[in-house]
Amino acid sequence: MFPVKELKRSALISLWFAFLTFPILVVKVDPLERIVQWRWSNMFYIAIGSFVLSILAKVYMIRKERRDARKKETAATEPFAQRIIREPRFLYPLAIACLIFGVSFPFLFSVYQTNIMTTALMYVVLGLGLNIVVGVAGLLDLGYVAFYAVGAYSYALLNLHFDLGFWLVLPLGGLLAAFLGILLGFPVLRLRGDYLAIVTLGFGEIIRLILENWSEFSQGPSGIANIPRPGLFGIDISFGGGITYIYYLVLLLVIFTIFVVNRLQNSRLGRAWLALREDEIACQAMGIDKTKTKLIAFSLGAFWAGLVGVIFAAKTTFVNPASFTFLESAIILSIVVLGGMGSIVGVIIGALILILLPEYLRALSEYRMLAFGAVLVIMMVFKPNGIVSTVRRSYRFKGHAEIEGDSHE
Amino acid sequence: MDYFIELFFSGLTRGSIYALIALGYTMVYGIIGLINFAHGEIYMIGAFTAFIVATVLSIYGFPLLAIVVIAGVAAAVWSSAYGVTIERLAYRPLRQAPRLAPLISAIGMSIFLQNYVLLAQTSDFIRFPELIPEFAFMEPVAHIVGSSDMVILVTTAIVMIGLTCLIKYTKIGKAMRATAQDKTMAVLVGINVDRVISATFVIGSALAAIGGMLIASHIGQINFYIGFIAGIKAFTAAVLGGIGSIPGAVLGSMILGLTESFATGYVSSDYEDVFAFSLLVLILIFKPSGLLGKAEIQKV
Repeated sequence: MFPVKELKRSALISLWFAFLTFPILVVKVDPLERIVQWRWSNMFYIAIGSFVLSILAKVYMIRKERRDARKKETAATEPFAQRIIREPRFLYPLAIACLIFGVSFPFLFSVYQTNIMTTALMYVVLGLGLNIVVGVAGLLDLGYVAFYAVGAYSYALLNLHFDLGFWLVLPLGGLLAAFLGILLGFPVLRLRGDYLAIVTLGFGEIIRLILENWSEFSQGPSGIANIPRPGLFGIDISFGGGITYIYYLVLLLVIFTIFVVNRLQNSRLGRAWLALREDEIACQAMGIDKTKTKLIAFSLGAFWAGLVGVIFAAKTTFVNPASFTFLESAIILSIVVLGGMGSIVGVIIGALILILLPEYLRALSEYRMLAFGAVLVIMMVFKPNGIVSTVRRSYRFKGHAEIEGDSHE
Repeated sequence: MDYFIELFFSGLTRGSIYALIALGYTMVYGIIGLINFAHGEIYMIGAFTAFIVATVLSIYGFPLLAIVVIAGVAAAVWSSAYGVTIERLAYRPLRQAPRLAPLISAIGMSIFLQNYVLLAQTSDFIRFPELIPEFAFMEPVAHIVGSSDMVILVTTAIVMIGLTCLIKYTKIGKAMRATAQDKTMAVLVGINVDRVISATFVIGSALAAIGGMLIASHIGQINFYIGFIAGIKAFTAAVLGGIGSIPGAVLGSMILGLTESFATGYVSSDYEDVFAFSLLVLILIFKPSGLLGKAEIQKV
């Protein structure tokens, strides 16, 4: 099964990696003490590791080729995940099971676990919000975290200065973020593709830098502490109870978001977004107002980020600019792309994987971000369409001849 | 007036460094249409390689000139090796994939490389050895323009001229231009597109490594995170000038460098990045495809 040629290739690969990692992994210098430390064992590990990995990758490739060849002979079948989503008789019981699991989660697991799950669910909402902008409307937004920051800071500041409560600020934070979305959207929506991406990225950085440097306004890099948790009709809740309470709050928000996004996707507006993503000019020719449609997508996406921002501030009771870096935007974007753009189920799975994975990788402690980066690359290489790729809406004519209204680019 | 000239030169120095990095972005973008987020990390690895090689050589007592040359070459060689490897592992399998997949892969690569250097070396700022001495002939103007500024400017100018010649007159340059224009057609006329793309990564990475070494010895310290900010700034510069255009990248970088320098000098250093990004937004509002970029006419 394994010819000598492949072994030779793997040996060359391992030599290459040994060379590649030589200066950074093997040599360690101390310029002050003037000591050079040679860590030859690292080179040995790298060589062995890359040799084994390259053989494994090759085996995978060969298997995959065989599988693809077999698949071509038999009729193309829908992937398993999509079949489940498409069939209501599978989907509804599954959704109900998930819901029951979600509701009973705080009773089944510890406070610590609940806290992590709350974070994961918050990212589900963020992912779904960004999904409207990137996945459905096709506008690449790399500064999504700015709106999240606006939500968080609006609760922190409004509470600090005007003593406004959580429930009042929750919609207010969302609206402020949406307003900012429109404000940013107006000038930049003329740009397309990657130009839009870099401008949104710049915008996200501007917001963060302003929060960091304008100390009179935002208290600078040290942030704002002692933000009150949300109240429940004036009842005082214990610390553990508070976490459970926020968990349910976020769970409700997730359900609400799924409901809204799902309804939107099938609405006139949702179809306009899809059309806009596919072809702007043709879309305008059909009488869709490009600016308005794009702005709605932008502000709606921002609205969810604002909501989650408010909850974030209430959950951690502390905000500072360091929570809103580009990495955060990148993670949210990764959730959307990894899960499968435009697919609600995909985004949920993506968020759970990407947020829970680093948490449970804590055992690896310092290696976890390394693993996170590697997972992103590997997932993309092997599943570039995401975990659950969206199915284009297709109409099936149930008559004598079967015609599928499948579209092809 | 001296202050103005000083700011002007420090702006040009900054711009030169941005230009060295931005060229890598713009060339890669021109050919495969990908924002190579890991490019900033290549620059960081270049700086680290130069740091390691230079320190080792200085401990073994090599003369300064030899140190500079060997460290520069080593930085360029290893950065190119990283660039090619990244392309091979993370981008080439995704060439037919949806547009956002390589972008996520690039972001993952960038996170991976940052943590790789963090774990293999250190998370602290480390002092970079001073590779560029104070020249005697620069004495009269030393209070305005430092020697290292001068070296950076001259090196950048030489590199730019070399790159322009490479792209204009050599066979590989011609192949690059052809690939950038139309990949399918390039394949049909017998260009090995994979090789051209690898060559692009080699050149871009080598430029970034040289930039990394120069700026590190100019500023005097490095850590694993320097690639991120520099990468974003350089990408901003590339977009400012019109991404995909090589003179545009240089022009954009110079404008960005000067803006930052003057903003720092006359307003406040806290807001230099805000100025940089605001400038970008402003320019793109009026010229949506950058200063020298070609406006794309889309047909249905």
